[in-house]
Amino acid sequence: MQGALKQNITKELMTGLYADHRAAIAANDYPALTARRENAIHRFEELGFPTTKLEAWKNTDLRESFAKEYAVVLKPKQDVDVQKVFRCNIPHLDTAIMGQLNGWYVSKDVPLMELGNGIIMGSLAEAMKKYPALIGVHLGRYADTNGDAFTALNTAFSQDGVFIYVPDNVKSPKPVQIINVIHNDENLFLQSRNLIVLGKNSRLSLVHCDDSYNHQPSFSNVVTEIHLGEHASLDHYKLQSLNNESTLISSVYFRMEASAKLESHYISLNGGLLRNNIRIRFNGPHGDAKIYGIYLMDRKQHIDNQVFVDHAYPDCTSGELFKGILDEHSSGVFNGHVLVERNAVRTNAYQSNKNILLTETAKVNSKPFLEIYNDDVKCSHGSTTGQLDQDAMYYLRQRGIGEDSARMLLMYAYADEVISKIAIDPLRYRIEDMVKKRLQGELQICEACVLHCNTPEQPVEFVIDMTKI
Amino acid sequence: MLLSIKNLHASINGKEILKGIDLDINQGEVHAIMGPNGTGKSTLASVIAGREVFDVTEGEIFYKNKNLLRLAVEERAREGIFLGFQYPVEIPGVSITNFMRTAVNELRKYKGLDPLSGGAFLKLMEEKKELVELTSNLANRSVNEGFSGGEKKKNEIFQMAMLEPTLAILDETDSGLDIDALRVVANGVNKLRTKENAFLVITHYQRLLDYIIPDFVHVLFEGKIVKSGTKELALELEEKGYDWIRKEQQDNGKAE
Ligand SMILES: Nc1ncnc2c1ncn2[C@@H]1O[C@H](COP(=O)(O)OP(=O)(O)O)[C@@H](O)[C@H]1O
Ligand SMILES: [Mg+2]
Repeated sequence: MQGALKQNITKELMTGLYADHRAAIAANDYPALTARRENAIHRFEELGFPTTKLEAWKNTDLRESFAKEYAVVLKPKQDVDVQKVFRCNIPHLDTAIMGQLNGWYVSKDVPLMELGNGIIMGSLAEAMKKYPALIGVHLGRYADTNGDAFTALNTAFSQDGVFIYVPDNVKSPKPVQIINVIHNDENLFLQSRNLIVLGKNSRLSLVHCDDSYNHQPSFSNVVTEIHLGEHASLDHYKLQSLNNESTLISSVYFRMEASAKLESHYISLNGGLLRNNIRIRFNGPHGDAKIYGIYLMDRKQHIDNQVFVDHAYPDCTSGELFKGILDEHSSGVFNGHVLVERNAVRTNAYQSNKNILLTETAKVNSKPFLEIYNDDVKCSHGSTTGQLDQDAMYYLRQRGIGEDSARMLLMYAYADEVISKIAIDPLRYRIEDMVKKRLQGELQICEACVLHCNTPEQPVEFVIDMTKI
Repeated sequence: MLLSIKNLHASINGKEILKGIDLDINQGEVHAIMGPNGTGKSTLASVIAGREVFDVTEGEIFYKNKNLLRLAVEERAREGIFLGFQYPVEIPGVSITNFMRTAVNELRKYKGLDPLSGGAFLKLMEEKKELVELTSNLANRSVNEGFSGGEKKKNEIFQMAMLEPTLAILDETDSGLDIDALRVVANGVNKLRTKENAFLVITHYQRLLDYIIPDFVHVLFEGKIVKSGTKELALELEEKGYDWIRKEQQDNGKAE
């Protein structure tokens, strides 16, 4: 089909592809969804792909990413051998696993499962067919299709991704892990969509991994909508370990009802260009959101974390702590924007971004920003950029510790302020290990995602054992 | 001879701080260096330890018959030079246990020994902690972070005990300590004294020398050792004050 040709991604190409394939794209839609696609593609046509002329993209230049040609995939591969793709087993970490290959949900047999406790998990495309009412309440309701070009484009094109539903009062007994693997022999342009819904007073730990298995370039535009019902609690981990040729635009929209609690951890270990749009809206009082980030970049890698928190209701708390180590020619952007609306009294908000630049060629652009419309708030923000502490280096070396080890110890200690916040012990141990390896330059991309990858000669069965949930 | 310093000149940012130091230290000896503030005591300690920000412009230092100035900071440390810092650095996120384990094992590697097992290391820690009356929970905390002045100094002596140096330089380890902490620090040093090692104790006050009895006392003044003697010199200094030295130096200057 036409969509599989490798070509330059332009606005015209995308709107043309949409026009040619709209029927196939909307094949699983409920009616309101198709109408949303139509609106979204028009909005995308008006907005176009962002350039550095836009304030929100001033420091992230997509031209190099767009200079590569990609095949736009509109249909999943038919002949996926799940066991071959996820040739991995999991050490100690007991999770329920959901697999995604190039953005499409993959499973050995069942694409959508409803468990005894009412939890539904599986393919979003399947869920749209089976639970259109439930999906219709949430899908597209939280994402900013009007203002964000990538979200608009995703809304028009996306057909599949992961769907998780945790009913009211249900606490998922073990973490759910989404493994999104990009693995292909040619350059891909992917757009997947995830929807995660937590009912009232429910609880979920979610580990979301973006991973590549080879060095083929790719461009992913992923949108995830997450709804936290009243008193719901989500512990969210995003692990990013893509190859140096990959571009990932990840937009996660959190909608938090009254007294909902969120902890989100962004752990970015590798990737060519990573852009994390993290948008949180408090939609009721007494919400609590903590967002942590650690990013370790080198070579010509680029990371851009954009965090927007909308305090629309009183008595909510938000905290952001993002720390980065930038080596060689890498670059980083942090843009934190906390909006405290007029009625959001007794708001508590802090933002902190810290960066260590290991070379003179590494650079960072950090802008924590508070926009406050009432007096009864407690807010703080701060940003520091510096080198490794030379006095500490000297102190360690005076005890006989070599320069390389001393540097490692300090970098690790620096990262640990964020890593120590990981609540799942086996996950934290694994991340600690990965960060150490990453700092020593030993981490292979296929070691990411909390998986031990085996050598290709020893295929290990990939079992999705959801009965244990 | 363990350490031999000859005509040492050192400067920082082009400003000369040490202006011709001569000092010989043998194994088994304790030397004290006294002198007013800003006179170059810490600079001398830093230059022996190998801090790179100081430029040695003239002179030489031999240690165990090796040209010390050719060695990097960590190499000097592995050869047995320890510096107890006047202002120990806070290192958030690095626990004392992890720090000492890395240091002890790097030292063992240098000596061609296998790393200590976890159990053996913890046993060693317990032993040395007792020596300096260091409480257990301190060892699990980040290096010096949020420590009181006394805790920081005890921690320095603890590290010295762990690493068993041949030449230990203690830079104003007594400053800011109450009499109890001072006794703990001095006891630690006295227990570690052997015929094989040596101490260079830098102090501003005579008080510490009541507990750590020095074999020799040197007075450092404006970058030079202007007087050397035995422990009685420390008492004389205490009595007459540093103005005595200042005046003497001025008189000498006139006489020249
Ligand atoms: N890092 C530095 N940069 C510039 N000047 C320094 C530095 N360290 C020490 N000095 C100067 O060197 C002189 C001696 O300092 P120091 O050796 O610390 O003295 P003491 O330990 O005897 O009090 C002082 O004049 C001090 O200002
Ligand atoms: Mg000093």
